[in-house]
Amino acid sequence: MLERARATEIVASREAMATTGPLAESDQPLISYEQVGKTFETLQGDVVAVHDITLDVREGEFVTLVGPSGCGKSTLLNMAAGLFEPTTGTVRYRGSTVAPYNQRVGYMTQNDHLLPWRDVMGNVIVPLEIRRVPKREARDRVDDLLAKVGLKGFEKAYPSQLSGGMRKRCALARLLAYDPEALLMDEPFGALDAQLRLKMQIEIRDLAISLGKTAIFVTHDLDEAVSLADRCVVFTHRPGTIARVVDVPLPRERDLMKLRHNSTYRDLTAELWDLLSPDMDRMES
Amino acid sequence: MRKQGERRRRQKIWVARAVLLVGIIASWQAVAGRLVSDFFIGKPTEIAETLYIWAMSGKLFYHAGITSIEALLGFLLGSTIGMVVGVVLGRAKTLADVLDPFIMMFYSLPKIALAPMFILWFGIGIDMKIYLTATIVFFLVFLNTYSGVRSVSREQIAIMRLMGASESDILRKVVVPSAITWVFNGLRLSVPYALIGAIVGELIASNKGLGYLLADASGQFDTSGMFAALIAIMVLALALNVSVKWFEKMAMPWKAVEDKREMSI
Repeated sequence: MLERARATEIVASREAMATTGPLAESDQPLISYEQVGKTFETLQGDVVAVHDITLDVREGEFVTLVGPSGCGKSTLLNMAAGLFEPTTGTVRYRGSTVAPYNQRVGYMTQNDHLLPWRDVMGNVIVPLEIRRVPKREARDRVDDLLAKVGLKGFEKAYPSQLSGGMRKRCALARLLAYDPEALLMDEPFGALDAQLRLKMQIEIRDLAISLGKTAIFVTHDLDEAVSLADRCVVFTHRPGTIARVVDVPLPRERDLMKLRHNSTYRDLTAELWDLLSPDMDRMES
Repeated sequence: MRKQGERRRRQKIWVARAVLLVGIIASWQAVAGRLVSDFFIGKPTEIAETLYIWAMSGKLFYHAGITSIEALLGFLLGSTIGMVVGVVLGRAKTLADVLDPFIMMFYSLPKIALAPMFILWFGIGIDMKIYLTATIVFFLVFLNTYSGVRSVSREQIAIMRLMGASESDILRKVVVPSAITWVFNGLRLSVPYALIGAIVGELIASNKGLGYLLADASGQFDTSGMFAALIAIMVLALALNVSVKWFEKMAMPWKAVEDKREMSI
C-alpha cells in the first residue's frame, strides 16, 4: 500500500515538473541531492549510512566522491540509480524524483558483473539486445566500442579468459553501448594495479569528457579523486556527511601522467589528506 | 611439455584402471566355486556366456530398450517440468512461500511408495514406469533449478534493470543461463534415480525390461543371469551419465574454457 502511494506521489511530482514548463537547461542540475539521509535496518540495529547530504551535480561534470570506507558514498550512487529510496530528503534527476531503476544512468562497480556465459561481443551487445536494436547495427556499434576501449580481437573471449584490466574495458564498453547520460562508477578500478589503474583513469576521463557524459565516481583513494575530478566531494566517516566540496583547480584537459609533478595537485591532495586523517584516527579507536 | 606430461598421466590412469578391472574379474573367477559357492556370486565366465546368449537372441536389447525408453522418457518429462516449475517458483517468491510446505511434504515422501498407486492409476504398462521415474526426477531437478534461480546475483539483475531489461530479458539473459549449472547438477544427480524409477517399477509389476530380467533370473535361482542383468543396468546407467555430461558441455561452452584455464590463486 505504502509503496503504491509513494509511486503515485512520484508520478504526480513528475507531472508537476512537466507542467511547470521547460526550465533553463543550464541552471538545472542533472542529479541533485536535497538533504538526503539513508538509514539501513540491520540485525545490529539501525545504521545511518549518510546524513544530510545536499549536493548538485551539473551536466557534463566529472564529480568524485571520496572518503573512508563505509561512509555511504555507494549509497548515494544507488539512490541516484533508483535502486532504493532515501529515508529522508529527495534525490532528483533532471528535476524529477528518481523512481526505481533510473535507466538514464549507467552503473559500473568494482565487480564488473559481466555475464560469464557470454563472450566479450555477447556481453557488450546485451544492452542493445534489450533495446531491440537490429542485429547488424548492434554488431557494428559493438565493433566500434571495442575498438574504442582497446578490445579489438577479443570478441570471442569469455570473461574468464580476460585479465582484470580487460574485464574493466569490457564492462566500460557495455556501459557506453547503451549511451547513458550519466556514468555512476563505484570504485571501478579498485582491484587493478597502479599502472593499469592510471591507464584506465586516463581513458575514463577522456571518454567521459569527449562524449559529454556526466560522471560520479566513488573512490577511497584521494589521489584518484583529485586527479579525475572537476569537483571533488570529501566525506566524513559514518554517518557520512559532506566535509568539503572542492573545485579542482586543474585544467579540463589535463595530463594525468604528469600530475605527480604538478604543485597545485600536490598541495590539494596534501590539504585533503589532512582533512581526512583525523577520521582515520577515529576509525582506529 | 606440460601437455605431454598430462597425456602421460592420463595414459597411466587408464592402464591402472584396466589392471584393476582385470584383477577383480580374475580373482572373482578364482574364488567362485572354490572359496565361495558360485550359487551366491556366480562366475564371470558364466555371466559373460549368459550375456552373450542374451545378446545373440536379441533378448538383451529388447529388454534394455524397454528400460531405456522408460528411464529416458521419465527423465525428460520429469526434468522438463522440474525446470519450468523451478524457474517460475524461483522468480515468484510469494507463490514459492505458499507452496513450500506442500512441496517439502511430497519431497520427503519416498517416491517409490507411490508405485502401488501408480499401478492402480496407469496399469502395469510402460507408462506407469515413466510416471514413476518422472516423479522422482522432477524433485531433484526442480529443487536444483529453484536454488539456481534463487542464487542469481541481485546486483547482476539490478544492472540489467538499469539497462532497461524487462522480466523476460532478465529471465532469458541472466536467470536461465546462470541457473543452468545448477540444472545440470540436478540432471546428473537424477540419472541413477531415473533408473531406480524404471527398474523398481519393473520389479514390482512387469513382464519386460531389465528389472523384469533381474527378477526373473533371481526367481529361477539363476545367479549368472542376475549378475548379467545387473551389468546391463550398469552399462545403461553409464551411457545415460555420459550423454548428460556431453549435453552439459554443449550447453555451457564457457565452462569448458574455464576448466582449461591454468590454475592460479
